[in-house]
Amino acid sequence: MNKISDDISKDLKDQPKFTTDIGEKDQDHHSFDLGEQTTLKKIQHFLHGNPTIVPVIILILSVIAFGFIAGGKFFSAFNLSLIVQQVTIVGILAAAQTLIILTAGIDLSVAAMMVLASVFMGKLSVEMGIPTLPAILVGMISGVATGAFNGLLVTRLRLPPFIVTLGTWNIFFALVIFFTGSQSIRSSDIEVNAPLLHFWGERINLGGFVFTYGAFLMIGIFIFLWFLLNRTAWGRHVYAIGDDKEAAELSGIRTDRMLVSIYAVAGFVVAIGAWVSIGRVGSVSPTSFYEGNLDSITAVVIGGTSLFGGRGTIIGSLFGALIVGVFSSGLSIAGLDVLWQRFALGCLIIVAVGIDQWIRKVSN
Amino acid sequence: MDKEGVKLMDPVLVAKKLSKKYGKVVALDNADLELYPGEVLGVIGDNGAGKSTLIKALCGAVIPDSGEIQLDGNKVSFTSPIEARKLGIETVYQNLALSPALSITDNMFLGREIRQKGFMGKILKFLDQKAMAEEARKRLSDLGLLTIQNINQLVETLSGGQRQGVAVARATSFGTKVVIMDEPTAALGVKESRRVLELIGEVRSRGIPIILISHNMPHVFEVADRIHVHRLGTRLCVIDPKKYEMSDAVAFMTGAKEPPQN
Ligand SMILES: Nc1ncnc2c1ncn2[C@@H]1O[C@H](COP(=O)(O)OP(=O)(O)OP(=O)(O)O)[C@@H](O)[C@H]1O
Ligand SMILES: [Mg+2]
Repeated sequence: MNKISDDISKDLKDQPKFTTDIGEKDQDHHSFDLGEQTTLKKIQHFLHGNPTIVPVIILILSVIAFGFIAGGKFFSAFNLSLIVQQVTIVGILAAAQTLIILTAGIDLSVAAMMVLASVFMGKLSVEMGIPTLPAILVGMISGVATGAFNGLLVTRLRLPPFIVTLGTWNIFFALVIFFTGSQSIRSSDIEVNAPLLHFWGERINLGGFVFTYGAFLMIGIFIFLWFLLNRTAWGRHVYAIGDDKEAAELSGIRTDRMLVSIYAVAGFVVAIGAWVSIGRVGSVSPTSFYEGNLDSITAVVIGGTSLFGGRGTIIGSLFGALIVGVFSSGLSIAGLDVLWQRFALGCLIIVAVGIDQWIRKVSN
Repeated sequence: MDKEGVKLMDPVLVAKKLSKKYGKVVALDNADLELYPGEVLGVIGDNGAGKSTLIKALCGAVIPDSGEIQLDGNKVSFTSPIEARKLGIETVYQNLALSPALSITDNMFLGREIRQKGFMGKILKFLDQKAMAEEARKRLSDLGLLTIQNINQLVETLSGGQRQGVAVARATSFGTKVVIMDEPTAALGVKESRRVLELIGEVRSRGIPIILISHNMPHVFEVADRIHVHRLGTRLCVIDPKKYEMSDAVAFMTGAKEPPQN
């Protein structure tokens, strides 16, 4: 998992030695001497090459800080595993969101997409008596289709992703209300008719740490996407498109097709999240996860992925989600009001984006 | 086709009456172009004459409003650069078209990645990063254009000249049919420009024709077999660099002198 960042830090170490053949007398305007840089510049370069470091440091610092503030209760196995459970859904949404943000887009509709998929799963299996697996499949298809729909609107109409997904967020939400008539599907009904929907909510106890299957699935999704992004051509193309779409097109990438496929993959991940969310919440509620869209963006941004695209790591978003979880848990154990959790998160977002801007200046 | 040198062979690449408008701006106005086997065709013209638009139409980056393109006598209509690339047309774009946040290797192989063998590659579609890095290093050092210590260095950490070197290396080492270069020496030092000119000679000796756009008259006159003068979106004339002075070429290009009839 750290192979790449190792590679990069090796690169950085190599750089001062880096010499070129390019005209000695042109050296003054071609050279980029890393040797004589200030410490601050070195830090900037290091963070630029290792974007995941910032969220890791923030995570470690916040765990230590909340350990002090909130005391031993925070460090209990129960609480730490509770944090992981609580970030499962936002984590999965953030994984999908990372794909979109890496392309310099943004998806305001992920949570609505997820609820819509979970409505299909619940409605079909609980109320219409369809076997659970096919119902889940329909939910997955709904996720891929709604994702691809976003992608098609972005590429065909050439509208900014922000506007497209602002629209589809409302559309998907309206569909959820339409299909459910604003009624929740009760947990007890699901347990009787389609217990498989609760599968990812099952818990196992590992020496005091209680994890849901869903938490493992979330980790699995991140690992899978890491491989996809870093070890396949598809993944390289995600970065290339976010970095410079025109250059990507000229270098032989079908950027529009790629974008649709990226949105569709994000939709698929979201649909997995839909299944997990039923296990997590118990019921299928049309109004749940209303803040999921923004929470997922928060996790991605705190995780060091640039809103301008092309830069960031999927693992960073996992740390981003965990940071959000640690903050909420720590602040509430410390007895602070929810409003201060929001306040702290707000500050964190601004700091994260500020750091990102600063790091990005390296390339100029 | 012209008195500047009888061409016995059929052209590899032909553009006929290509037109392209951007709103009210006419970038191409019934422009023609012929590229013959094994030749270096210089393309010169003022800023904004439409040279880049012309070659972008030839490599699929711009879709012309009207006109026709023929490759080896067959009509082609590219809707994307990848189609032209699949037919062996490689281009160094004026803006280089590199992805700064990706490595040199990633950029060299963008859109034509090498996969691992067997299950890992075929089913999981894993990239063979080692093979790509080795290949990229080999291609770059073969070209002698730049020595790179770390082939996995990000392109954004390279100087302008080094980036241009990567773009030239990418096009010349993958081009099998036609290589197009739009201002390939603009950011290069004297030594590297020289190397690019040599490289153009090497590509030509492989039998691959080249279109070279440049504002640098000595370069164009040194390597071009024929020079296409572009003016106001169309071809003004084609001249033989052995029969004209650079000052003539500049005079045609700027409209100070009537072009020869051909
Ligand atoms: N994408 C575009 N949108 C609008 N106008 C364009 C676009 N591309 C080119 N043009 C216009 O078309 C004309 C020809 O541009 P082009 O880039 O082909 O010129 P050029 O001969 O390559 O110039 P230079 O020598 O400066 O590179 C210019 O007037 C330019 O402004
Ligand atoms: Mg140009």
